[in-house]
Amino acid sequence: MEGDIVQMGAYIGAGLACTGMGGAAVGVGHVVGNFLSGALRNPSAAAGQTATMFIGIAFAEALGIFSFLVALLLMFAV
Amino acid sequence: MASEANSEGTGLVFHPMDQFIVKPLFGDGPVMWYTVTNVTLWMAFSVAAVVLLLVVGTSRRAIVPSRSQSIGELAYGFVYKMVEDVAGKDAVGYFPYIMTLFMFIVCANFLGLVPMSFTTTSHIAVTAVMAMGVFLTVTVIGFFKHGFSFLSLFWISSAPLPLRPILALIEIISYFVRPVSHSIRLAGNMMAGHAVIKVFAAFAGIAVIAPLSVLAITAIYALEILVSFIQAYVFAILTCVYLKDALHPHH
Amino acid sequence: MASNSSQAAETASPGMPQLDFSSFGNQIFWLVVTLVVIYVILTRVALPRIADVLAERRESISNDIAAAEDLKLKAVAAEETYDKALADARAEAGNIVEGAKAEMKAELATAISKADAEIAEKIVEGEKIIQEIRSNALESVEEVAKSTATAIIEALGGKDDSKFVDKAVSSEMKG
Repeated sequence: MEGDIVQMGAYIGAGLACTGMGGAAVGVGHVVGNFLSGALRNPSAAAGQTATMFIGIAFAEALGIFSFLVALLLMFAV
Repeated sequence: MASEANSEGTGLVFHPMDQFIVKPLFGDGPVMWYTVTNVTLWMAFSVAAVVLLLVVGTSRRAIVPSRSQSIGELAYGFVYKMVEDVAGKDAVGYFPYIMTLFMFIVCANFLGLVPMSFTTTSHIAVTAVMAMGVFLTVTVIGFFKHGFSFLSLFWISSAPLPLRPILALIEIISYFVRPVSHSIRLAGNMMAGHAVIKVFAAFAGIAVIAPLSVLAITAIYALEILVSFIQAYVFAILTCVYLKDALHPHH
Repeated sequence: MASNSSQAAETASPGMPQLDFSSFGNQIFWLVVTLVVIYVILTRVALPRIADVLAERRESISNDIAAAEDLKLKAVAAEETYDKALADARAEAGNIVEGAKAEMKAELATAISKADAEIAEKIVEGEKIIQEIRSNALESVEEVAKSTATAIIEALGGKDDSKFVDKAVSSEMKG
């Protein structure tokens, strides 16, 4: 019974941790959206900044992956 | 503990993580460091893919390239331009190093998408070694090229003086978090996609949901193809960014 | 269904395979081997070859461009010579036309002067003839007058005095 409660807590925690991935999704969308709005204003400068956009996406996405990892750890490793 | 992930009541069986198990190819013994495992097999496949693309594909040395040769040249030009643009012209000497990482990650990621395959880049051990390799190389290059003044990377001279120690602390922390995020980003992305595909595949056990599940797997698979390339690109471009920091530490 | 799930539970692996530290050594070893192999292949074979091919292609393209530039220059030169030949031909044709015109003019001028001379001669001849005719006419007038005067004198019953009549007619005709 005690183990079940611990496991329940772990699962609830995993579910909560997954909400962090939504934040990463918002962040990535924000990065790309702002890039697009800037690129449509000045298309000639857009080509040189795609790499910067991908770096931004990578940084924003990494945090979402961290929360996913926490969820996985709670599910399988705790 | 993974057995507890199975939902006992519905009869659905979830083994999303079983695809990542390292198994010996021959026999059933313990996994020693020299054992030939599925890791060895799929890494050998990625080496073969690199050789096929960059050596066999370009063996005709044609002025007008064939399809495989133009893909190889495209990969070369892509990485070369990335190194030149992001890390600067003096980083071109490190181009083979970045090309090696990029080609290995791209091939391993795409081979991991083959059904029943083993994704070597989904293991934190693999990505962490590559990320630590990049981190150590970059730090050594930085100290070798600039000596003690490499530390000015952390001392932002354009900031107001009272803020500088705080910024220095943040910069140092972010510098040491680099290999962690660098490795976990790649491993996490690959692991997440493959686990999600497996979870949807497990839902196909119910006949009513099966068509929906097949559709979902198709969609996720398409996304994974994109992610496979983007993660390799991101890994390579972050390596270039870190290299640029090492070669030009003064902001 | 339930038995299926329990069987699966028995064969399930413990935890996340990614955190199974016993396999780390194996993965790291093979990873290092793989990376070294790829690095050696790339630096020894693939990258120099691709760089060669790209350089060769760039060279041949620039060679082709230079050749095309050459041909273009040649074409321009050929056009120039053609233009020059055309201009020369035109100038020559002009010269020929000019010469022919001058010749024709000269011929025309001589012909006209010849004709003029002939006409002048003819006029002179004509005038001579007229003079002759006039003088002849005067002589015949004198004769007619003499004979008439003689006839009149005879008719009037005078004496035939030809000397007197001649004198009188001549003096009358003179003044």
